Amino acid sequence: MEAVFRTCAQTGLKIHNQAERLIKVHAVAGVFAILFGGIAAVLVLLTRWPAVHLLDPTSFYRALTFHGINMLIFWIIFFEIAVLYFAGPIVLSCRLAWPRLGWAGFGLMVAGSLLINTAILAGRADVMMTSYAPLQAVSYFYLGWILFAVGALIGVCNFFATLVVARAERTYEGSIPLVTFGAATAAIIAVFTLAHGAIIYIPTWLWSLGIISYIDPGIYRLVWWGLGHASQQINVATMVTIWYLLATLTVGATPVNEKVCRSAFVLYILFINLASAHHLLVDPQLSPAWKIWNTSYGMYLAVLASMIHGMTVPASIEVAQRRKGLTKGLFEWLAKAPWGNPGFAGMALSLVLFGFIGGITGVTFGAEQINIISHNTLRITGHFHATVVAGTTIAFMALTYYVLPLIFRRYVISQKLATLQIYLFAIGMTIFIGGMTTAGSYAIPRRHWDVQFATSQFQPPVEAAAFLFLGIMGVGGLFALAGGALYVVLTVGTVLFGRRVPDTPGAVPLAALPQDKGQHVPISGTLVLVFVFLASFIIYYFLNWKWLADIWLVK
Amino acid sequence: MSLQPLTGIWWKKVDSSEKVWVGIALVWCLILFAMMPLWHLKGGQNPSFNTFRTTPDAFLKKVEAFVEAGPKVAEDKGLPVIAPDPQKEVYMLGRLWQWYPALKLKKGQTYRLHLSSMDLVHGFSLFPLNLNFMVLPGYEYVLTITPTTTGEVFVVCNEFCGIGHHQMVGKITVE
Repeated sequence: MEAVFRTCAQTGLKIHNQAERLIKVHAVAGVFAILFGGIAAVLVLLTRWPAVHLLDPTSFYRALTFHGINMLIFWIIFFEIAVLYFAGPIVLSCRLAWPRLGWAGFGLMVAGSLLINTAILAGRADVMMTSYAPLQAVSYFYLGWILFAVGALIGVCNFFATLVVARAERTYEGSIPLVTFGAATAAIIAVFTLAHGAIIYIPTWLWSLGIISYIDPGIYRLVWWGLGHASQQINVATMVTIWYLLATLTVGATPVNEKVCRSAFVLYILFINLASAHHLLVDPQLSPAWKIWNTSYGMYLAVLASMIHGMTVPASIEVAQRRKGLTKGLFEWLAKAPWGNPGFAGMALSLVLFGFIGGITGVTFGAEQINIISHNTLRITGHFHATVVAGTTIAFMALTYYVLPLIFRRYVISQKLATLQIYLFAIGMTIFIGGMTTAGSYAIPRRHWDVQFATSQFQPPVEAAAFLFLGIMGVGGLFALAGGALYVVLTVGTVLFGRRVPDTPGAVPLAALPQDKGQHVPISGTLVLVFVFLASFIIYYFLNWKWLADIWLVK
Repeated sequence: MSLQPLTGIWWKKVDSSEKVWVGIALVWCLILFAMMPLWHLKGGQNPSFNTFRTTPDAFLKKVEAFVEAGPKVAEDKGLPVIAPDPQKEVYMLGRLWQWYPALKLKKGQTYRLHLSSMDLVHGFSLFPLNLNFMVLPGYEYVLTITPTTTGEVFVVCNEFCGIGHHQMVGKITVE
C-alpha cells in the first residue's frame, strides 16, 4: 500500500492518511461504546438509588455487566488504540508500518465487542465483567474476548512496528518525544494485559464448550486479574501521556526535566502491573508475603511514579506560564490559566480528581489489611470511578476537543457547550464518587440489586446515613450522565455537522511555546500543591488504619 | 515540548526542588510498604493464611457433622442456629443462595471459622461490621475471629453469584 501524506497546517506534522483513518474509526467505535455504556449507566444508577430502584434483578445484573464491559474495556481500549495510532506515525511524521493489518485488528475488535454485547443482551452472559469461573457464560462470549484481545494486540504491535519504521527511515533525530515515550509505556503494559486476557479466556472458552471439565476458581482469579487490573494500568499510562500532550497544546508547557518524567514512566513499566494482585488480598489461595510484595507494586515504586507525574505535569505548566510573565505570587500562573478551554479544564480536573480521589483511595484500599474493610463494597466502585471515569475518561474527553479539529478537521459545534460538558461531568462525578465511596464505608456491597435486602433470607437493618449517601450518589450520577450525554451529542454533532477547518496555519488556536531564556524559573506554586496532596494522603491513609482497628479481631 | 523529539544532551541535572519532592515521595512509599508487615506483628486484623484444599462433598460432610454436634440453640428462617464451643472448629458454607448454618458466638471468645463454597465464588461480608473475605469452591479458608461487639451481624454475599445473589444473607448473633 502506497503511503499518502498530508501536512497538517496547524502543527506542521506529516500525517499518513491510513493512520488518520484508523484514528477516526477507533475513536468512533469508542464513542459508540460510551453511548451504550451510558445508556446502561442510567439503568444501573436508577436501580442502585434506593429511592428509585428501577429494574428487576435479572435486568439489573444484565445492565451492570453491559455497563462495566462497554465502559471499562470497549470505550477505553478503542480510544487507547486511537492514541497509539496518533503517538506513533503522526507524532513521528512517518508512515504506518502495517495499514492492512491495522484494519484487520480493528475488524477483530469490532467483531469481538459485538459478540460480547450480543451474548449479554441475549441474556446468555449475566456474569459481570469478571466472569469468575465456575460461573459460566455462553461460549461465544469468551470467543468475543479472545477476538477483541487479539485485535487490540495487533494495534499495539502496529505501534511498535511503526517505531521501528520511523527509526529506520530517519523521520526524526535524537530520542522519541515524551508523548511517544508515554504511549510506548502504555503499549508495553498492554501486551502483558492482552496476553493475560488470551491466556485466561482460551481455557475458559474450551471449558464453556465442554472440552475442558474444570477451571480452578483460585487460579482463574489470579490469571484473570492480570487482565482486569493491568488493563486499567494501560489507562494510567495513557492518561498521564495525554496530560503532557494537553499541557503542551493548551499552555505551551515543556517538561522541566525530561529525565525525571521518563524515569517515572519506566517505573510504571517495571512495577505497576503488580497492582493487579490487589483484588486477591482477601483470597484464600495466596500467602501474606506474596500479597504484601505484589500489591505494594514492589515497595510502592509505581505509586512513586504517579507522585512524580503529579508534580512534573503542573510544574511544566507553571514554568510555561511564568515564562509568559504570570509571576505574581504563588498562584497567578494557575488562576490565569485557560480555564475556559475544555482541553485545559479537562486535563486539570482529570489530574486533580485522579490524584486526590482515585490515587489516594486506591493506594489505601490496596494495603493488605485495609482491604478487609473495603473489598467488594461500594468503596471499591467509588475508587475506580474516580480513576477511570474522573481521571481517564475526562482526559479522553478533553483530548477529543483537539482530535475533532486536528484529525476530523471539523470545528467543535459549540466550544462553550464543550467547556460546560467537562465541568458538568467532572462535578457530577465528584458528587457521585463521594456518595458512593461513603456509602461503601457502611459496608454496602457492590454488584448488589437491593441494598435494603427486602427479598433476602434475613433483612439486615441499614443505617439511615447509608441511604443519604446513596441518594447523593444518585443526584451526582444524574449530573455526570447529563455531561456524558452532552459529550456524545457534541462529538457526533461535530463529525456530522461541524464547520470544516481550513488548511491555513493558525485556524486552530494552539499555544505558542514560551521562550526559554535560560534563567531559573521557580515551581513554588506546584510544590505547595503537592504538599497539600501529601497531607491529604497521610490523613486518609491513617484514618483507614484507625477504622480497621475498630472491627473484630481476625487472622 | 512533549511532542518534539529530543536532540543533543537532554539528561540534564535535576533541579533541587524536584529532588526534594521525589525524595519525600520515596520515603512516604517506604512507610506505606512498612505498614503491612508491621500490622502483622502488632495489629489485630490480618488476612489469614490457614487454607486447605477441599471438595464441596468433603466440606459438606464436615459442616453436617458440625451442625449435628451442635449445640443447636434455635431455628431461624429454617436454618439451625449453632452455638459452638470455642475449643472446637466452627463451619459455615456458602451455596446458591444461602449461608449455612446460622451461628451464635460469645463476645471476646476466639473461634476458628472454616469457610468454603459448594458451587460458585461467593463473598463473605459481615454487615454492617464491614469485614470482607472471599469464599472459593475447592478451598477451605480458616479465619481465626474474635467478636468484639455484641448483637446481630449478617453475612452478606458481596460477590455476584447469579440472579439470586442479593438473597444470600446469613446471620451470626453475638452475646
